[in-house]
Amino acid sequence: MDSKEKKPLEKVCMICAKGALEDVYAALVMANGAVMEGIETHLFFTFFGLDAITKKTMNSLHTATTGNPAMRMPGGLPFPTILGGLPGVEAAVSSMMRKQMEDLDMPPVDEFLELITAGGGKVYACKLAVDMFKLRKEDLWDDVDGILTIGEFYELCDGDRTQIIFT
Amino acid sequence: MAVKTIAGVQVNVTDDGYLEDMDQWNEDIAKEIASEMGIELTDEHFKVLNYLREKTKEGASLSIRSVGKSGVVDVKGLYKLFPKGPLKFSSKIAGIPKPTSCI
Repeated sequence: MDSKEKKPLEKVCMICAKGALEDVYAALVMANGAVMEGIETHLFFTFFGLDAITKKTMNSLHTATTGNPAMRMPGGLPFPTILGGLPGVEAAVSSMMRKQMEDLDMPPVDEFLELITAGGGKVYACKLAVDMFKLRKEDLWDDVDGILTIGEFYELCDGDRTQIIFT
Repeated sequence: MAVKTIAGVQVNVTDDGYLEDMDQWNEDIAKEIASEMGIELTDEHFKVLNYLREKTKEGASLSIRSVGKSGVVDVKGLYKLFPKGPLKFSSKIAGIPKPTSCI
């Protein structure tokens, strides 16, 4: 038997626990990419990641302008931390970043989730985090497939060609 | 790169099976590539294939999002026509290069 036989990935289960723009998009790009490759995809949002599937916040996510050493000015100069803390700066930088992403054909969060679910990907909210943030089902994006306990999430992760990815 | 006979025509294909030259493509070649993937082409499929070919000729880089907004097919429809490979499989059948977009 050929020992180099390819064993393609059959399922990915992703966990997005952070609500910053870049953390959420990392999860969305990987999830959508998996769906497009024909891989069964489950995307589980917990803690601050819930912002990405909460109607009120999903399309206005921010990137951190303080405590983010990779933050640069548009010309490439360092971004002074003290500037990042000024009122309105984070919102302005984040909206600029969203615009640059749009220019690269990266859709807003709700549309990105639609791409994923159109291809059969599933989107879930974490029950513990939903309770903690006192959210109700109607606060969440309409096409969320369910509010799951972590045990139920692990049940979805069966199969020997399954990977769990934490972003 | 390899030479392969598809639908009675000799064509150059990449290691992944994409046509090297989109001008070597014809509808019979499309049908044969598709049937190897278990897809039977209908008029709906050809609408998408022709759109992809036109856009590629214009030099556009294709993403699932742009195809879904084309008015030719929506994203759900694209997955239905080309299950498990909406952009990859459709590109291969359309005789255009393997998609390079991440979205």
